[in-house]
Amino acid sequence: MTVKLTVLSAVGSLVWGTLLAAMRVSPVPLLRGAGAAYVNIVRNIPLTVIIVFSSLGLADIFGVTMGTDNFDIQGFRLAVLSLAAYHSAFVCEALRSGINTVPVGQAEAARAIGLSFSQTLRLIVLPQAFRSVITPLANVLIALTKNTTVAAAIGVAEAASLMKTMIENEAQTLLIGAVFAFGFVVLTLPTGLFLGWLGKRLAVKR
Amino acid sequence: MTEASVAKDAVAAAEELVVLKGVNKHFGALHVLQDIDLTIARGEVVVVIGPSGSGKSTLCRTINRLETIDSGDISIDGKPLPEEGKALARLRADVGMVFQSFNLFAHKTVLENVMLGQIKVRKADKKAAAEKARTLLDRVGVGTQADKYPAQLSGGQQQRVAIARALAMDPKVMLFDEPTSALDPEMINEVLEVMQQLARDGMTMIVVTHEMGFARSAANRVVFMADGRIVEEAVPDQFFSNPRSDRAKDFLSKILHH
Ligand SMILES: Nc1ncnc2c1ncn2[C@@H]1O[C@H](COP(=O)(O)OP(=O)(O)OP(=O)(O)O)[C@@H](O)[C@H]1O
Ligand SMILES: [Mg+2]
Repeated sequence: MTVKLTVLSAVGSLVWGTLLAAMRVSPVPLLRGAGAAYVNIVRNIPLTVIIVFSSLGLADIFGVTMGTDNFDIQGFRLAVLSLAAYHSAFVCEALRSGINTVPVGQAEAARAIGLSFSQTLRLIVLPQAFRSVITPLANVLIALTKNTTVAAAIGVAEAASLMKTMIENEAQTLLIGAVFAFGFVVLTLPTGLFLGWLGKRLAVKR
Repeated sequence: MTEASVAKDAVAAAEELVVLKGVNKHFGALHVLQDIDLTIARGEVVVVIGPSGSGKSTLCRTINRLETIDSGDISIDGKPLPEEGKALARLRADVGMVFQSFNLFAHKTVLENVMLGQIKVRKADKKAAAEKARTLLDRVGVGTQADKYPAQLSGGQQQRVAIARALAMDPKVMLFDEPTSALDPEMINEVLEVMQQLARDGMTMIVVTHEMGFARSAANRVVFMADGRIVEEAVPDQFFSNPRSDRAKDFLSKILHH
């Protein structure tokens, strides 16, 4: 469950975070403002509050059912939505710092051969920005993996809540805690190492 | 009016490729371009020189609207510069630009650099684009480097790739902003030779440079700028041997005797 939750939320936050970053560097003031507002608001709300809000607020009060009647599936989808919404703000900021490392001459040369704003961003600026922010992006993804535990607040059966049930049933607190901590390290460490390696391999030489 | 003279007028009008009329531009309080009037004919090679900060780069950049202007008109091939959007992108494709710092796309190979615009802007198919890119790279003498990344090339090679990248769009006019200023001395000539060949082939060129040799041998006209104004325009020989304005005399004495 943790893996599935992590992967789906990661994909969601990368896509939405990229769109947010595009908004924040766009020449349209309205988009820039909206992107900045989103990032600054979402970044400063604790994840727990977002998740509980999406569960209580969206599901119970506004009756958003996420296309299902099954309570567990609904909880899972809301957890993905919340995690993606939250971490996309960090993805956006990581990308934006990456965009700032791409020399302005790259975008100017792209515009000079007749590429549009969105082509310039998609073909020239973002591919270079992504490569320079693989390490900070890895940090966001690792944080996301660990933050899946917060989804427990709305009853999604991820690893930590599983652990809690087990500890309640058995007495081996320390051992079980260690096993699950190890489990998270197993999930996050290879991600970190892989992305670190990728970052070095793909680094753009200037 | 005879038919012949009508035809001649039409030709004369078509001959004016780049026209700037009363162009003004400010950077905050700084008046970088002041009432610039400049007309460049098709096939003409114009060298722009002047002291640092006189507005040469800015002038170049307004012609493909990398910089906007505050007042005045700029037209290219009879059409005023579009404000923005698709029309502006189309115009930029018709105006090649070569930068002092090359600005090759760092994450793409040399070949991809020259193919990109053809595919994404001109909608050429991949095979045709690759073929044309190789032809152009051969023409500027870097054909063997096609599969390398820009950072693996010398400055002179990078700048020649940048010229090929601009040529791939079949531009009507090429802008060069100090194309050899960032190069080691031994690489300057290989780039200038490519530019001279272009000039001989009839390309319309606006070149900001301090390379007097190039100006003398390739330019039809020298435009001297100081403090945001065009102070003097003349054919190269006359300008270098017999400048009229004091600013130009002063400037030439500084760059020729150092
Ligand atoms: N983006 C900008 N914002 C503010 N001022 C600028 C900007 N670009 C250029 N300037 C100023 O405008 C003036 C003209 O600059 P420009 O680059 O056109 O000069 P130049 O003739 O090309 O000089 P150089 O020979 O040093 O390249 C300079 O004083 C410069 O500091
Ligand atoms: Mg300059």
